[in-house]
Amino acid sequence: MTVGEKYDVLVDTEWVAQHLNDPNVRIVESNEDPLLYSSGHIPGAVEIDWTHDLNDAVVRDYVSREAFEKLCQVKGISNDTLVVFYGDRNNWWACYAFWVFQLFGHTNAAIMDGGRLKWTKDGRELTREVPKYPASRYSAPERDDVTERAFRDEVLAHVKAGGKTVDVRSPQEFTGERMHMPDYPNEGALRGGHIPGAVSVPWARAVNPEDGTFLPVDQLKAIYEGEKGLSPNDDVVAYCRIGERSSHTWFVLKYILGFPKVRNYDGSWTEWGNSVGLPIEKP
Amino acid sequence: MPQPPKIQQILDDLAFFTDRAERVQALIDLSEGYRAFQSHRPLPEDHRVPGCESEVFAWTFADDGKARLEFVVDNPQGISAMALAVILKQGLDGEPLAVLRQVDEGLVYEVFGSGLSMGKSGGLTNMIRMVKAQATGL
Repeated sequence: MTVGEKYDVLVDTEWVAQHLNDPNVRIVESNEDPLLYSSGHIPGAVEIDWTHDLNDAVVRDYVSREAFEKLCQVKGISNDTLVVFYGDRNNWWACYAFWVFQLFGHTNAAIMDGGRLKWTKDGRELTREVPKYPASRYSAPERDDVTERAFRDEVLAHVKAGGKTVDVRSPQEFTGERMHMPDYPNEGALRGGHIPGAVSVPWARAVNPEDGTFLPVDQLKAIYEGEKGLSPNDDVVAYCRIGERSSHTWFVLKYILGFPKVRNYDGSWTEWGNSVGLPIEKP
Repeated sequence: MPQPPKIQQILDDLAFFTDRAERVQALIDLSEGYRAFQSHRPLPEDHRVPGCESEVFAWTFADDGKARLEFVVDNPQGISAMALAVILKQGLDGEPLAVLRQVDEGLVYEVFGSGLSMGKSGGLTNMIRMVKAQATGL
C-alpha cells in the first residue's frame, strides 16, 4: 500500500510479525470489547484500555501527565519505544489510543493496518499469555491540548471563521434523524443535527470492510478531497459523538492523506448537541 | 432492581472477582460455554439483535411455558456477546416466561461495569431487549 507523507505511522501485519521480539517495539492492543485482549492477543502485546487507562476517572478528560507516565512505565514503554497500536472494530480504538499518545508527544508510534481483523484473517498466532516487561523510565511533557485537540469554543470560532469540519457519524446522526448510531438507544444529546457547515463522511468509509485495512490513498483522496472538497491546505476539525470515531478520521486525514492541520474535537456531539445556545444545522 | 434468581446467582459469583483481570477471565470462561444455535443459513433477519456489532441472533422458545433461549454470535471476536448469551441462557432456561420479562437491562452494567463504550453497551442491552420482546410475543 502506498501511503502519504508520514508513511512510517502505518505498518502491516507482516512487519509486526517480524518485530514481535524487537525490544524497541511495543505492540499495544486497544479494543472496544473489554474481554477481547484476554481471550487472545498478538504475542508480546500489552493492553491499553480506553476507559481505565486513558480517561480520567472523574472529570471528562484524558489522564494527567503523571498518570500517562505511570501507564507507559507499567507497560514497559520508554520515550524512545516505537508503540504500534492495533485493535478491534477496524482500529477505531487503536486510533483513539494513538491520538491520546500524540497529546503527550509520543510521536514514535504507528498503527497496524487492519488491526485484529487482518491479523486473524492472515491466520496469525494469538496467545493468552500476558507478557511482563520490566518497568521502564518514561518522562512525558504536559499534555498538549492545542495541536491535535479542539475544544468547544475553539470549534465555534472555527465554524464562524468558515473552517472545515468533518462529521464522521452515521448519516442519520448527521441529519438529526437520530442522536445515536442506528439501532442504539436514541439518547445522548438533546438536539439532533450537525455543526454548521460540516461535511458528512462516516468514518468507516475509509476502511476496506473485508480486512479492516485503510483504503488506498487514491480512493481516500477521492472521498475526502474529490467528493467532499477538503484540501490539505485546510484547517480541519473532525468530530463524532464522543471523539473516538473521529480519531480514526483524524488519523486518515493527518497521516495517510498528509493534511498538516487536523484536530479532533473529543467533546463532539454529546457536548455540542447538549450545549445551550450553540448553533446547529439540519438539512 | 433485583434480577431473576439464577441470574442473580451468576452475578453473586462474579462479585467474588474484585480484581479486574480475574473478573475478565471469569467472563471469558463463561463465554467459552457458548454454543451456537443450529439455525439454517442465512440467519433470519427478524432474529438479528439490532445494533450489535457482534452479529448476534436470538431466539426465545416456550417449552411447556418454560423459557428456552438460543443465540448465534456470528463473529468469533464477539466475546462479550457470547458471555452475555451464556448468562442469559444459564439464568433463564427453564424459568417461566414471566421471569424472563423481569430481567432488568441494568444487567449489562452489572456484568461488564462502566468500562463499556455506549455503543457496546447499547448492542448488549439490545440482546436483553430482544429476548424480552420475544417472550412477550409468545
